[in-house]
Amino acid sequence: MSLTSILSAEAIENAVKDCQAPDSFCYKKFFKLCGLSSKTPQEVKDVFQILDEDNSGFIEESELKFFLQRFVPGARTLSEAETRTLISAADDDSDGRIGAEGTRHANQTAFGAKEIQTQVPLMLMISPRMASGMQEKQFTASLLNFFVYNPTFGPREGEEEKKILFYHPSEVEKNEKIRNVGLCEAIVQFTRTFCPTKPAKSLHTQKNRQFFFEPENNFWMVMVVRNPMIEKPNKDGKPPTQEYQEEEILDTVYGAVVKECYSMYKLFNGTFGRAVEAGGAELLIQKLEKFFYRYLQTLHLQSCDLLDVFGGISFFPLDKMTYLKIQSFVNRVEESLSLIKYTAFLYNDQLIWSGLEQDDMRILYKYLTTSLFPRHSEPELAGRDSPLRPEVAGNLLHYGRFLTGPTNLKDPEAKFRFPKIFVSTEDGYEELHLIVYKAMSAAACFMISASVELTRDFCEQLDALVGPQLTLLASDICEQFTVNRRISGPEKEPQFKFIYFNHMNLAEKSTIHMRKTASVCLTSVHPDLMKILGDINCDFARVDEDEEIIVKAMTDYWVVGKKSDQRELYVILNQKNANLIEVNEEVKRLCATQFNNIFFLD
Amino acid sequence: MSEEHYLELCENPVQFEHASSVNNVFFDEANKQVFAVRSGGATGVVVKGPEDKSSVAFRMDDKGEVKCIKFSIGNKILAVQRTSKSVDFINFIPDYPHTEFTQECKTKNASVLGFCWINWNEIVFITDQGIEFYQVFPDKRSLKLLKSQSINVNWYQYCPETAVILLSTTVQGNVLQPFAFRNGTMSKMSKFEIELPVVPKPAKLILSERDIAMASIYGQLFVMYLKHHSRTANSPCAEVVLYYLPREGTCKKTHVLRLNTTGKFALNIVDNLVVVHHQSSQTSLIFDIKLNEPDCTVNTHQPVLPARSIHPYRIPLTGPAVVPSQPPVPCQLYSSSWSVFQPDIIISASEGYLWYLQVKLPPTVNLLQDKGKLMDFLLRRRDCKMVILSVCSQILEGGEKGSLPVVATVFDKLNQVYKEYLEAEQSYTVAMESGPSRGSAAQKRPVRTQAVIDQSDMYTHVLSSFTEKKGVSHKFVIAVLMEYIRSLNQFQITVQHYLYELVIKTLVQHNLFYMLHQFLQYHVLSDSKPLACLLLSLESTYPPAHQLSLDMLKRLSTANDEIVEVLLSKQQVLGALRFIRSVGAHDNVSSRKFLDAARQTEDQMLFYTVFRSFQQRNQRLRGNPAFNLGEHCEEHVVHFKQLFGDQALMKASTV
Repeated sequence: MSLTSILSAEAIENAVKDCQAPDSFCYKKFFKLCGLSSKTPQEVKDVFQILDEDNSGFIEESELKFFLQRFVPGARTLSEAETRTLISAADDDSDGRIGAEGTRHANQTAFGAKEIQTQVPLMLMISPRMASGMQEKQFTASLLNFFVYNPTFGPREGEEEKKILFYHPSEVEKNEKIRNVGLCEAIVQFTRTFCPTKPAKSLHTQKNRQFFFEPENNFWMVMVVRNPMIEKPNKDGKPPTQEYQEEEILDTVYGAVVKECYSMYKLFNGTFGRAVEAGGAELLIQKLEKFFYRYLQTLHLQSCDLLDVFGGISFFPLDKMTYLKIQSFVNRVEESLSLIKYTAFLYNDQLIWSGLEQDDMRILYKYLTTSLFPRHSEPELAGRDSPLRPEVAGNLLHYGRFLTGPTNLKDPEAKFRFPKIFVSTEDGYEELHLIVYKAMSAAACFMISASVELTRDFCEQLDALVGPQLTLLASDICEQFTVNRRISGPEKEPQFKFIYFNHMNLAEKSTIHMRKTASVCLTSVHPDLMKILGDINCDFARVDEDEEIIVKAMTDYWVVGKKSDQRELYVILNQKNANLIEVNEEVKRLCATQFNNIFFLD
Repeated sequence: MSEEHYLELCENPVQFEHASSVNNVFFDEANKQVFAVRSGGATGVVVKGPEDKSSVAFRMDDKGEVKCIKFSIGNKILAVQRTSKSVDFINFIPDYPHTEFTQECKTKNASVLGFCWINWNEIVFITDQGIEFYQVFPDKRSLKLLKSQSINVNWYQYCPETAVILLSTTVQGNVLQPFAFRNGTMSKMSKFEIELPVVPKPAKLILSERDIAMASIYGQLFVMYLKHHSRTANSPCAEVVLYYLPREGTCKKTHVLRLNTTGKFALNIVDNLVVVHHQSSQTSLIFDIKLNEPDCTVNTHQPVLPARSIHPYRIPLTGPAVVPSQPPVPCQLYSSSWSVFQPDIIISASEGYLWYLQVKLPPTVNLLQDKGKLMDFLLRRRDCKMVILSVCSQILEGGEKGSLPVVATVFDKLNQVYKEYLEAEQSYTVAMESGPSRGSAAQKRPVRTQAVIDQSDMYTHVLSSFTEKKGVSHKFVIAVLMEYIRSLNQFQITVQHYLYELVIKTLVQHNLFYMLHQFLQYHVLSDSKPLACLLLSLESTYPPAHQLSLDMLKRLSTANDEIVEVLLSKQQVLGALRFIRSVGAHDNVSSRKFLDAARQTEDQMLFYTVFRSFQQRNQRLRGNPAFNLGEHCEEHVVHFKQLFGDQALMKASTV
């Protein structure tokens, strides 16, 4: 998660600009300007978490000096006087740190409770240093390095630095950067001698693992992940023993993460080659810096799993008639606003219709569901039971609003800038404005050629046309959905959990994940089981034929993987005393109830 | 401009000898016959009916001036009124005596205003003091009074379709008393009063016979009152007020047609439309009483279309004297010598023509801009099919292309009618299947009117040519097809597979496979074997079609053989075997087919497995692992022995 997912980039910029002059920083004004004062407690907590660089749960005085830089990289450092004022305002227990810990008391004074309006106790966060000394400490997989290079940019000795297009973390000393990049280059070259078309994809070491990816000719992306580690304290003041769990990391999962990094970059910036063509390596370096600086913060490597390998799309189940209504809506909007080239329709963060091609939709879907929607999530307005036709209060005739572009159409200062995305066409790429418009749980994405300038008129027209229709549709879908659920009977907590994926249409379905976003990935099963799923997936990838794998996990769970044609199904059964035959029967039954309308061999 | 005349006179009018001092012309509304009576009948009576062949000519004695002359239904008996006291009858039934007989009205001092035939032998006399209902016995040359009713009558009107006679009573004439006749009975219906624009003082007869007409519109009987403009009333223009006259219950004022002008008017009913002719402007207006949804007790209507005159008519010159180069003479329309009769008859007695008035639908298409309203209008007309289809084509193609909401409205309106017909048809079939109806009268087979535009009509006349048309964006084509499918679905009409094929064809043509995939994913294109086969054929260009097709076959659950074929053709022999076992059809499949496929893969282990599996099946079914002769597996047995040796064969004795 990045700060800008909670606070608007514009507001932050304003706030920082306001206190540009030395010793002009006033925290009250700053919080107000950057919009923090009007955020929910959860959001404030998230901000706090981002500011807390070492994840200690506290912001130390030393960190506070770079307070402004956490908001805007180029901002000035705070003077000692300023940090002290800030600390004294927030630090009620005079320990020299600002905390957001679980006591109401502390929390009420942090940052001055009135301004932030934090009303619920924040989650207790204990930094590793705070934990009692005798316990084992667990470190999850985390990002060590991430870099992009092109060997052809600095082929001669002494020019090696030119190869490096992006390096994270940027503080690393230049020679080390060059060394690391050179090593990767060497490994790739070396492995090429064995198989020229398939050079190494990853390098396993005890402490970390490196992933190599060549998305475009001669452009390499490398991600270095630190292996999960357990630190066992030793008596007698000896340094603790570190046990690296290199087996915990799956090549497929993190390989997919690197690829996704590229796809996401490409979605918003086009290919690397395009930037080089337009403005040479300098432009590409700028773009990479701008994009990855934020993007890498949103990578949560510890919660990556099988779903990242699939990169699937969750489709919203819908009856034919409602689906046709949506079709009709999309067609009408595209007809009356002829600028619109493509439309995508989502409900409840699940896809219903995509006018984009599959691969573009896959990455756009990822962006929408893991980044854009969570940023704008708010308690959904009522609508399930209350019919919200004309008697909506005041002049609010519908619930439609822009998620990208102007937040308030009536604001005379509103800017009509929309993010631009790149999608593939038959002959290359096209650049599009991305308009995301949402009414209740229904979201419509409209894509318009970037060569057209979008005006206030157009946005107002779109708002007037789409708003009421989308509001109506959303309540229709909701109604239909509840009707369908009622028909299918009350949901019983099933004995099994499953992940389903179809390579053909990228449809995925998971009852293991409650909700998957970039920041939180709530799985309801133990990571060990997820690891088994990943292993089974690797096995499947190796052969083309249909197969079935049944595993009994250490924790007495049964894990079943099935592959039929292009479909994969992973089931986790919680039946300790079941035998192989019973498990097989159970899975058959599951297939018959959940997947009776597809051709799925058993 | 000529394309704008939406009313016309029929091409083949009934011609008769025009009225003159020696020739009197009468019109009988019941039989739609024109009587030309020359010199009181002595020099001949010529009767011309709606069809040329029903023309009758005869002579009768001149016994004085004929006031009224009418045949009974089926030209059985002729009734002639010559005096104000009596009516004379002449038999026209062969073998019956032809001599005239006479019936005087029963009421003393009453004078006969006229008479109406109810059927072939029942007649009603209307006198100024009441009505008398008689049965005629042509063989006995006598009449029997069935029923009579005393009432002061100013004038009367008769609607032959419904057999209702309307009497004008009271001094002002504005209280109307209807009587209905059926099966030899006469029943008094409830009387009603026409609201007059001004009440004259002293009271005098003010409601004229000319301002009242009776006709049935959409199967219901209406009394139409032409309410002229009055200086005192605040409405400056004339109106037609419609009173609905139900068989039972009271008469209600239901519709008001605004004419927006004043002057002399005449009324016709054509194809359930009220046509109002305006003489001074020589134009006509049409009203459709169903066009406005009834939301209040009295519905006010404006003309459906702008006023236009009847299409110019030229009288063709006929007879031996015609010179080919001589042009036909234009006929004067809206002439003062015209008489207008219900429902759709216009007679020019001075020229000797009887026309039927007709509505031409094509010109209405351009006069009515609101396509939804146009559809409502057209769907209620008789010969509407081709016009409706042409409107559909028009809104999809060309310069007058409509927007999607318009297209959707039009489709919805068409399918509403289509659905109603399908439902009626279905309930009829159900009623027929459940045997002769118990109690209730036998259900009539629903009539398929021209307004029923089904999927094949749309496909042949509109959609197939539209999708092939160049220059129409494929986005619009797909949107229209989806809109049609949506509309059909909304009315729960099963969509025919050729529409789906049209959708698929269009999508494939433009490489929109992902769109197609999504449609199939949400089952928008319903499952069927033809569709599954079509998908299979797409596999080479779009590989996922294979999976979609298999899914579809699976859902059909009647296509297990096809699934096996598909799998075997993909050399997925084990998959096919597992599938056929899972559906429980393992015992009946042809083992040869599987063994052929297994051998083709050249995978020896696979061949071994399949072979053994069938041996086990044989063992289970027949107690012997050997293949039957009928299975033609000999060559595979030989092949198996070659590969694995004799001892690998499953032996009957071993089990």
